[in-house]
Amino acid sequence: MMQFALVPAAAAGKLISLSPLDLAIIVIYFIAVLGIGFYLKNFAKSGEDFFIAGREMTAWVAGLSFLSANLGSLELLGWAGAAYQYGILAAHWYWLGAIPAMLFLAIIMMPFYYISKTHSVPGYLNLRFDRATSGLSAVTFAVMTILMSGVNMYAMAVVMKVVLGWNIHFSIWVSSLTVGVYVAMGGLFSAIFNEVLQFFLIWLGALLIPILGLVETGGWSGMVARIHENFPGVDLTHLWRGLGHFSTNPMGIQWTGIIFGLTAVLGMGYWTTDFLVVQRVLAAKDLRSAKMAPIIGAFFKMAVPFIVILPGLLALSVLPYHLVPQDVMRPGQHSYNEVLPLMLARYCGPGLLGLGITALVAGFMSGMAGNVSAFATVWTYDIYRVFFRKDASDSHYVSMGRWCTLIGLIVSIGAAYAVMGFASIMDYVQALFSFFIAPLFGTVILGMLWKRTTGKGAFWGLLAGTLSSVGMFLVVKFYPPAISIVALSSHAKMMAEDMYRALWSWLICVGVTVGISLMTRPRPAAELAGLVYGETELPSEGHLPLVKRPIFWAGVAMVLLLALQWIFW
Amino acid sequence: MAERRRMIPVWFFVGVLLLIYGVLILADGIIEWNHLPDTVLANLHSTVWWGALLIVIGALFVHLFRPRKSSR
Repeated sequence: MMQFALVPAAAAGKLISLSPLDLAIIVIYFIAVLGIGFYLKNFAKSGEDFFIAGREMTAWVAGLSFLSANLGSLELLGWAGAAYQYGILAAHWYWLGAIPAMLFLAIIMMPFYYISKTHSVPGYLNLRFDRATSGLSAVTFAVMTILMSGVNMYAMAVVMKVVLGWNIHFSIWVSSLTVGVYVAMGGLFSAIFNEVLQFFLIWLGALLIPILGLVETGGWSGMVARIHENFPGVDLTHLWRGLGHFSTNPMGIQWTGIIFGLTAVLGMGYWTTDFLVVQRVLAAKDLRSAKMAPIIGAFFKMAVPFIVILPGLLALSVLPYHLVPQDVMRPGQHSYNEVLPLMLARYCGPGLLGLGITALVAGFMSGMAGNVSAFATVWTYDIYRVFFRKDASDSHYVSMGRWCTLIGLIVSIGAAYAVMGFASIMDYVQALFSFFIAPLFGTVILGMLWKRTTGKGAFWGLLAGTLSSVGMFLVVKFYPPAISIVALSSHAKMMAEDMYRALWSWLICVGVTVGISLMTRPRPAAELAGLVYGETELPSEGHLPLVKRPIFWAGVAMVLLLALQWIFW
Repeated sequence: MAERRRMIPVWFFVGVLLLIYGVLILADGIIEWNHLPDTVLANLHSTVWWGALLIVIGALFVHLFRPRKSSR
């Protein structure tokens, strides 16, 4: 078999050289996204257009956009690297960590978001509680979004450095400014259009890796046999078998962390309250489309491990050397986060390589666009309009949104430089989620489902949850033995710590919220119509045929999810 | 979305881009048929059949979602 010329290229400072065809494919993509942004500028005139895409997206467009906003380069590179590091355990983040939450959003939470006509998650908290809770949520979200944006930039710069040998600083500045221009022109229209475009590019650009990888290894069983040969004594190909104890799996986590920390709190928090993804669904044209969008996204989400996790597993079986953590990498070695470009270069020649690189670039663009468009909305509507200028014209807010897009990008460039010191991109992201997302989920879910929740309870609960999460992080960072308390075991590793920290911060948020709510006066029930379960008239779907009911497709998705757990048990 | 504002559907843009990519990649695969790239499994000529797949998907999207003069 022909050998892949990796080492000489790596030694020369870059993984591969792109042919003129590859470069043409990348340039055509840049022209396309800028052209689409320019075209959509004519449609993004009002605030409703710019920030919420006119609320006229079909279920399919909103669903693919909902999924793609999360399928940035961070996802592609970080989780392929995590699959190499932790094996198939990384798939939990795509399956149990996402699907139940997406279905919960569709069936339980979306009616309240949609019927309340909110433009954002902090906007919902403003309607349900008060300015203080909404403001706290908006500020924490803005901080998280900018940091996430920086993570995406960093991931992209790594691709450019490894694959093309480009200067990392040049990559960060040029590519992020391109995103800024097209989002500033078309707003959420631009972001959603490019996310749908990117969805196809990612699938068609990355799908060859698992196909050719499985051909090379002789199928799944051949791949597993090679992994056992290369990494004896480590179970990297089962979802649950090694989760009985912290010390029996490479992630250093126990099943309780996956079930309660990831599935019940972090996954739920991310997919139901992170405005980055929820914003796409709010752009749907009606309630049924808004409910179907996350369900459509859930089906595709279940398939994403095929192009992200499987390449990581294939790398464990076919690469003739071992990848290493970034912080111990020496010249000539490659880090976990480089696994996807390495596999791409292994199988893809001219043209296909350009398509694969374009898919990674598109993933970056989508992640960035998602973050900056969500940031612009929250800043303009939930911070600027609420705290600084209440009664400005609609065109003034659109103008503010456009400027925010560019300013947000510049700030997130600074965040990108802060990310460079972390060993694993995903570890960093999980820490961020547990700071902000887990407590926010406690606040939103109590607000939607328990009408006794008060504004004071929500505010102090959210603040206590967030501060306790940051506090636990700092304690473990400066006194590592404390991990045995936070994560229940001295064998626990960083990912496990994130799961348990999220769980505790959610419990603290819920406990404080419930306690203070019971001691303070609730809002009259009449003011909660359209915002809370029990006070909201939900449209019946009984007249629809079974195959058009969201609940039916949610059930099908759950059955598929359980089947995947059984197959890869 | 397309009807109310006469906005070109996103699926059309997807189709055009895939069609362009498909033509470029397929053409390269055919021209370089006898000059295999230095990659694993290059003998399978994945460039050719993947380029053809892109053309099929792209052409389908362009045909189904091409802009029409009157709204449906």
